[in-house]
Amino acid sequence: MNILVCIKQVPAKDAPLAIAGNWIKESDIGFEMNEPDSYALEEALRLKEKHGGEVIALSLGPERVKQTIKEALAKGADRGIHIADDNFAQLDPLGTAKVIAAAIAKEKVDLVLTGLQSDDHGFGQTGVLLAALLNLPHATLIMQIDVQDAKMKLKRELEAGWFQWIECPLPAVLTIQSGINKVRYATLKGIMAAKKKEIAALTREALGVSLEPTQRIEKIYVPTKTKKTEFLTGTPKEAAAKLVEKLKFEARVL
Amino acid sequence: MKILVITEQRQGKWNNSSFETLAAAQQIAAAASATVSAAVIGKGVAVLAGDLATKNVAEVLPVEHDLLDAYTPDGYCIALKQVIESARPDLVLFPHTYQVRDFAPKLAAMLGKGMVGDCVGFRSEGGKLVFVRQMFQGKTAADVTFTGAAPWFASFQSGAFRADQLAAHPNGKAPVNSVAVNLNASDIRTKPLELFKEAKSAVDLTQAPLIVSIGRGIKAPENIAQAEALAKAMGAELAASRPICDEGWLPMERQIGSSGQTVAPKLYLALGISGAIQHVVGMKGARTIVAVNKDQNAPIFEIADYGIVADIFEIMPALTEELQKARG
Repeated sequence: MNILVCIKQVPAKDAPLAIAGNWIKESDIGFEMNEPDSYALEEALRLKEKHGGEVIALSLGPERVKQTIKEALAKGADRGIHIADDNFAQLDPLGTAKVIAAAIAKEKVDLVLTGLQSDDHGFGQTGVLLAALLNLPHATLIMQIDVQDAKMKLKRELEAGWFQWIECPLPAVLTIQSGINKVRYATLKGIMAAKKKEIAALTREALGVSLEPTQRIEKIYVPTKTKKTEFLTGTPKEAAAKLVEKLKFEARVL
Repeated sequence: MKILVITEQRQGKWNNSSFETLAAAQQIAAAASATVSAAVIGKGVAVLAGDLATKNVAEVLPVEHDLLDAYTPDGYCIALKQVIESARPDLVLFPHTYQVRDFAPKLAAMLGKGMVGDCVGFRSEGGKLVFVRQMFQGKTAADVTFTGAAPWFASFQSGAFRADQLAAHPNGKAPVNSVAVNLNASDIRTKPLELFKEAKSAVDLTQAPLIVSIGRGIKAPENIAQAEALAKAMGAELAASRPICDEGWLPMERQIGSSGQTVAPKLYLALGISGAIQHVVGMKGARTIVAVNKDQNAPIFEIADYGIVADIFEIMPALTEELQKARG
């Protein structure tokens, strides 16, 4: 079973963000593997361990994203695909998916996995759009995958604590819900082995995908507050005492 | 301009965010001099179509077919593509539900169009619609516009608009015009099986008047005891954001957010929770929200009534002590 996992690299969780137009200033901040995608990678590695085949880690973005591909290789992916694009942040969801779909179309894969969304743009559309563009069946927010012959039985998460079993034929595209598994760490052996693994280099232009954006992010900004927050200051003891006072006599909730 | 709202129902029961999106559509229509139509999809949806006809809409479009009884992305996309091609709306709006996430981007792509998902608001600027959505886990907002020709597709986050602002139809009854669609069983590649809930837990957080909730800031499972002590001193239930439950540090049934429980307690104390959208939709209805976070730019402070910018490990014991003192 050959599995391709789409992985995005995003700003580190605690990175201070400086806004620049419709994106952020990338200098001076750290980047990491998009957490929802790390669950998709882990699921791909587990399926490979059970059913054989290879795992391909694909990432779209500037040179820096190679580090995240290497991390995936160190965890056990067999090879990487880097679609180099310094202007990836200006791609709309459909444009992003068209570039990735063109790269996937060159491979022979049984399953494409993505995380449920990215922690930067947060579009949450890539997996579903890949299915549309590659003409494959899909399912989203998957919490369990059982492969039986040429089809899968999937546990899909719905809202408010509901789930649903669905059957889906292979090949297919799935988006993985966070928390489906326990993500592994790379071992030293894995890190050493990753050095010998191949990362193929592609570009949007070489894939023949033209830019036809359907939407444009005009600007990003710090959101306007909907509530006036009263900040309580002082030592921890003082702040705590003030809070209890406020909750008792002002908000009257204690 | 013509707006079409795709409502959502399951087994004959409304997803209430359908009405929030209808309210959003009415507000856009007022700002952009447009008309609003509403579609409802399924099998045997006459009663639901009747509900929609009481709202201030130009037209209700029931879309019925045996193969639309249970939701499938293939079935919905093929049917709705035909509806859009015949109704020819300029703007197609959806509630941003898990189901919409599952099919709407594909539906838009089948028509060669894009979708702006998970919007929290809109503005009409010089005849152009600007959609507002969140990025970077709620740390920034983004203004997004459509480029290229209609139809445009957008979805609104749950709670972004209020269903009680939905205007009723002036005559009490909007016209109901069924749309016939062609669907073949062979078009539908996935097979939906049973719906179920995991073993029901004893905790019903929706009934708790006071909730103490922890996020990534708790750092390690051994630190949860401090939050438990605080919750006990307050007489509150302990809850968490998704990452804490994903790690297995608290059981899934204590999760607040889009994939967990939605609560509206008297008091919600958020400890070390940044305030990502998926969490906020589950608790923003709380009467009083208190946030403690060491990052003063954490989005949780946007909705907090009271805030303390500090290390939760300093505040938790201090607050526990003050609460014990106050109780005497």
